[in-house]
This record gives sequence, C-alpha cells and structure tokens, in this order.
Amino acid sequence: MGLKHKDLVSINQLTSDEITLILDMAESFREVSERPIKKVPTLRGRTVITLFFEPSTRTRISFELAAKRLSADTVNISKSTSAVVKGESIKDTAQTIQAMAADLVVIRHAASGSAALLAKYMQCSVVNAGDGAHEHPTQALLDLFTIRQAFGTLNGVKVAVVGDILHSRVAGSNILALKKMGAEVTVVGPPTLIPKGVESLGVKVSHDLDTVLPEVDVLYLLRIQLERQGEPLFPSLREYATLFGLNKKRLQAAKPDLIVMHPGPINRGVEIASEVADMPQSVITTQVTNGVAVRMAVLYLLLGGAGSDE
Amino acid sequence: MSRYLIQGGRVIDPANNIDDTLDVLIENGKIEAVGKHLAADAEVIDASGMIVAPGLVDMHVHLRDPGRTDEETVETGLRAAAKGGFTSIACMPNTDPVTDSASVVEYIQRQAKDAGFGNVFPIGAITHGLAGERLSEMGELIQAGAVGFSDDGKCVMNSQLMRRALEYTRMWGKPVISHAEDELLARNGQINEGYWSTVLGLKGIPSAAEEVIIARDIILAELTGGKLHIAHLSTAGSLDLVKRAKEHGVNVTCEVTPHHLILTDENLQGYDTNFKVNPPLRTAADIEALRKGLKDGIIDAIASDHAPHARHEKEMEFDYAPFGMIGLETTLGLILTELVDGGVLSLGGAIAKMSAGPSRILGIPKGSLGIGGDADLIVIDTNAILEVSANKFESKSINSPYVGRTLKGVVKDVFTAGEPVIKDKVFVDSYGEKRFSRVVL
Repeated sequence: MGLKHKDLVSINQLTSDEITLILDMAESFREVSERPIKKVPTLRGRTVITLFFEPSTRTRISFELAAKRLSADTVNISKSTSAVVKGESIKDTAQTIQAMAADLVVIRHAASGSAALLAKYMQCSVVNAGDGAHEHPTQALLDLFTIRQAFGTLNGVKVAVVGDILHSRVAGSNILALKKMGAEVTVVGPPTLIPKGVESLGVKVSHDLDTVLPEVDVLYLLRIQLERQGEPLFPSLREYATLFGLNKKRLQAAKPDLIVMHPGPINRGVEIASEVADMPQSVITTQVTNGVAVRMAVLYLLLGGAGSDE
Repeated sequence: MSRYLIQGGRVIDPANNIDDTLDVLIENGKIEAVGKHLAADAEVIDASGMIVAPGLVDMHVHLRDPGRTDEETVETGLRAAAKGGFTSIACMPNTDPVTDSASVVEYIQRQAKDAGFGNVFPIGAITHGLAGERLSEMGELIQAGAVGFSDDGKCVMNSQLMRRALEYTRMWGKPVISHAEDELLARNGQINEGYWSTVLGLKGIPSAAEEVIIARDIILAELTGGKLHIAHLSTAGSLDLVKRAKEHGVNVTCEVTPHHLILTDENLQGYDTNFKVNPPLRTAADIEALRKGLKDGIIDAIASDHAPHARHEKEMEFDYAPFGMIGLETTLGLILTELVDGGVLSLGGAIAKMSAGPSRILGIPKGSLGIGGDADLIVIDTNAILEVSANKFESKSINSPYVGRTLKGVVKDVFTAGEPVIKDKVFVDSYGEKRFSRVVL
C-alpha cells in the first residue's frame, strides 16, 4: 500500500485517511531508529536526492537519515555545490537530475511554489522540504505525529500557533493539517505578523497570548526574526518577548498537560525563555526524533514500497 | 494608390455615432465616403455579416525594442497588433535604452515605418532613465513624436517631481500616464494581498499600494491642472477615487486591461507565472466594480498592457519570474467573448473603449471613420472562433494565460492608411504582395 500521489508538495493533496496512514506507518518505522542496527532494506537500490537551495541542518539530516535507514542511496546537493551558482535554472537542474535516474528528490527552496515547479519538470517523486513562505508538509506531519503521541488523538485538540504566521511555511502546513484532522487552531501574534484572510482557513486569530494560553493543549511557537527582507514588522525582539514570548510565569496559567512545540531552531530568550525550552512540557527534541520516522514513512509510501525485498 | 470598397458590413464608428449597415470607400489612404449603396471603381471587400470598425487603438503596449528584441520587436509587435485588430499602438518607454530622448523616439518610428503594419505612437519617459530623479526633455520628445509621458513599470515616487511633470506638460496638453504603485507598500510583492497570497505563501501587494498613489496623483492634477491618465487601474477603490475626481472636474482619465476585467487571484493557485502581472490580478469584487465602471463610462479605455517576456524567464520560480502577459492578439476576442456576450458592454461601447476612447486621451487623429481621416479600418467576423494557441502567436513571446481558450471574434481584414495589411485573415505579405508602409505620424 502506498500513496497514490507522485509528489508531496502540499498538505492540501492529502486526505485525512492518507495523513492517518502516514502517521501509522511512521509509528512502525519509529522503532527502527531505536535498534542498535538502524536499517531496513526496504528501499534498497532506490536513489534519493536532497536538493537544498536554502540552509538547513535538521531537515536535511532528517531526510538523509530517513532515506539511509531505509537503505536508499542518497546524494546531497546544496546551493553552493550545485550549478545554480553558475546560473542554472530550476528547470535545467530538474532535467539534469532526471537524466541521472533519481527515484525521489527532496527540495528546500526560498521561493514559494518552487517544489511544485520542480515536480512539474520531473517524472520522479518530489517532496517539499520547505518552499518559501508556502508549506513544509513533512514538518506538519511530524508535528501531528508528536501531538497524537501526547494526546492519543488529533480530533478536538486545541492548538495555538504563536509568532510570525505571515512568513511561516510551518504554520502554513500545520494549519491545513491540523484542521484536516479535526483540531482547533488559534493563531496568535501581532497584527503585522498575521496574514490576510487567514480566518478563511478556519482558524481563530488572537493578539493576546495570555487569554489563549489557559485554553490550549498545544502551544506551538514559531521562530521569530526581527526583519524580513529588510522590513521590520514589530519594534524589537525585546518587545516581542514581552508580549508573546513564553516564560515560566506565563506558563503557570497553562493546563497541566500542555505541550510546547517548536520547529527549531529556537531563539532562546525571544519566543521561548531558555528555562522553558528545557522543561518537561517541551517536546522539541521529540519532534526531531519523530521527524526521521515520519520522513521514512513518506519516502516509503511515495515510492510505493516497490523495490522492497522484505 | 488603390481604392477599396468595404461593402455591406455593419459599420460601428462610435466617434461619429454611426451604427448601421453601410459601405465604406477608401481612397488615397483616406476615408472617402461612408454611406448606403456606394458605387465606385474599386476593389470590393465583402463585409456582409461582419462588423466594420475603425482600426483599434491600444494605448498601452511594451515593444521591448530597443533592448530586448529577443522578446519583441517593433515589427513583430505591430504584426501582433494587426492580427488583434489594432492599427495604432502607443508603446511604453521602459526600453533599453529608455525612451527618454528624441533619438530613441525616432528609432522606434523608423522601425515602425519599415515594418508597415500599423502606427506606433511612442510614450516618452517622465524621468530621465526612469530613475525618478529629474524630468526628461519632454519638449524634445514631443517634437520627435512622443504623444504622452509615463515611467510605466515604475512609479514616480517623488511627489514633487510628479507635480512638476503634470505642471510642465500643460504647455502641450499631453497626458502624464501614472503607473500607480507605492514602491514601499508593494515591495517584493508577487500577487494581490488576500486569501490567496496567504495560502500560496507569496508576498502580497495590497490594493492600497495602487490607491494611495492614485489619490496623490489626483490631488496633484487638481493642483496643477495637468492632464492625468491612470494606467491599468485594477481595484474597486481606485475606480471610486477616479469617479469622485471626475465628479469634481479633475482632468483625469483611466484605462483597464482585459485581464483585470476577467481573471482573479484565484488563478494563481498553480503558481503559473503567466498569470503573474503588475498590477496583480485582484478579486471577484474588484472585477465586478471595474465592469460597472466600464458600463458607467468612468473607465475611458481598454488597453492590453502587452508585456512580452522570454519563455525561459517565465519558467522560473514564481518570485523570480518577471511580471506581465502578452495581450495584443487576445484583447478583442476577450472583450467580445466576456464583456459583450457577457452583457457588460454593447458592441459599440466595446469598440469605443478601444478606438475613440484612447485616441481622445492621447490626442491622436485615430480611432474614427470620419470622412477625410486616415483609412485605418478593420473588418471583424464576430462569429468566427479564435483558438488561442502558443504556436500561433505573431508576437515573439508566448506568455499568455489564455492559451487553450477559445474566443469569439476574429479580425478578417485590416487596412492601415488605406492599404490592406490582412485580407481574409491572412497577412498580405504572405501572398508576396508589396507591403505598404505609408505610416502617418
């Protein structure tokens, strides 16, 4: 059993049943990473290429480990080592990789829509590992996995996503995925970081973390940057931390079983106080662990498990 | 010099309030007579069942010549125009070099004359090099043949400079054409700011980026008494500003493109860069307002904003692809199909917005079938179907979002200055006939 899609570019492509399938599959792959010999032969002979046009540590390593633990051959291409620095277009890059018979390409790119563009030019599978401010579907899937692990379900779970919703592909995919699975989502941040029309996606909007915090099961904090393309969207990081940063004092108002999530890398002292990041409520490293299992499931299901000689 | 009798068509000439089944006699490049049952020793063009109209005028075209002749030349642009029914086009100055000197204006006119398909009216730059720092030599540009001024593609952000441009051009009564886009509000923007920019993760361009500049320019037009024209108006708010200004007697006109009357930001779903255009495609509510503005006469002209781009540049990531779509060959069909058949405009109303309307704004003697005027005339087969196909464009570029669509209305014959350019849907030069090039400027 696999996914019927060639690519995973957007959460929108997936039904709730398909999301559940991925999460269930990830459940069984999670155990592989706990073995002394962390490898299954499932994708032996398959080639997975990770194409990272933007800097990334955890996502790139996570995909690479996921592919390797499934016995696929992996090749990493980053912007600085690719022909892009020589001015090659994404179309020509796609055709070049295509010509070398890759089975699946993972792409991270600064421009929204670039994963869809690559998928258009390639016959093999394409997985979006983050395209601009659009989506980061595998991040959302690993977040769902982590929430389901904590609460046993996604249906009815109350989630607040806090921070730069406007520029966040993580928020983009998470809002779609959480809504699809029946969770309730509130986005929290200053109005300058809330995108237009976001209510139409079925989320609530708040500008006051303290009224939202006691109500929610999950507090999902996003990484904050003061400037985007040279444009300051709020006065200072200090003021952001005062208004929206999670600290110990604020956390006292939370439900006892609240979990705190963050896609990383975290800014200690800005969106999250250092001591909170290390408290038991924080599942940030669990997210990272789950990321490998979820990406194994995605790779496996997209490649249809074919080539497996289990 | 030949004589032609265009016989038995429904002649629609909004400039002269004519809509009747008539014959048109053209001789020596001029309209000799318009009337019932004309008889003359002339080559007869059968126009029965067809529409006979003045050659259309497109006041907003990018020809990319000089500079990017891989994308379009004056010749291919004029050919595309003729195929779309336009015998006169005004071309924007964002060429390389910029059309900010008499020599570039003269170059474009010479190219047009050599090509011979139709008339080109260059628009000069408001500011030298489109840099927004000092006025170009407007008087010299006018002497060379410029019919108006614009920094199209860029907004004149310096309000004082815009004031001076509107003031200075009063000497000649030439229009200053505003590309209304506040640079800071629109910075890095890719599509209309709204639901779709959020869903697609693309930086939004708010309607306000256009509206604040239109409001400013209207106030400056009022201050100076200058002649202001708003290019490619795209929002309901902009229309409201122009409407109120007109009610107050401000000397302002405006144009709208077919795409802002037909397409919305919802079309961006697939990140197809052929829908990436500036101003961006807006919402259904904006379309509704613009259509009403057209119906009510607040909008003076329909212009294509024909913007050719190389294929490999459009096949880029959305953020990196250039803005613009070609339009010369689809504008008439789109307007007939969507707006005339859609009940927004009468046939005469539609033709007026693409002939008499823009001619009046630019102050050019075109867009009319008046006796003694230049015989620029088209015959439209409104029942014929045009299949928009990438390999059928006369334009050098194919960046059209309408490829695959079928449109009603095909230009059957085109006469420029009394000589046929297209006969029975075929360019006359493809018969090996001598191509006529007596372009009147």
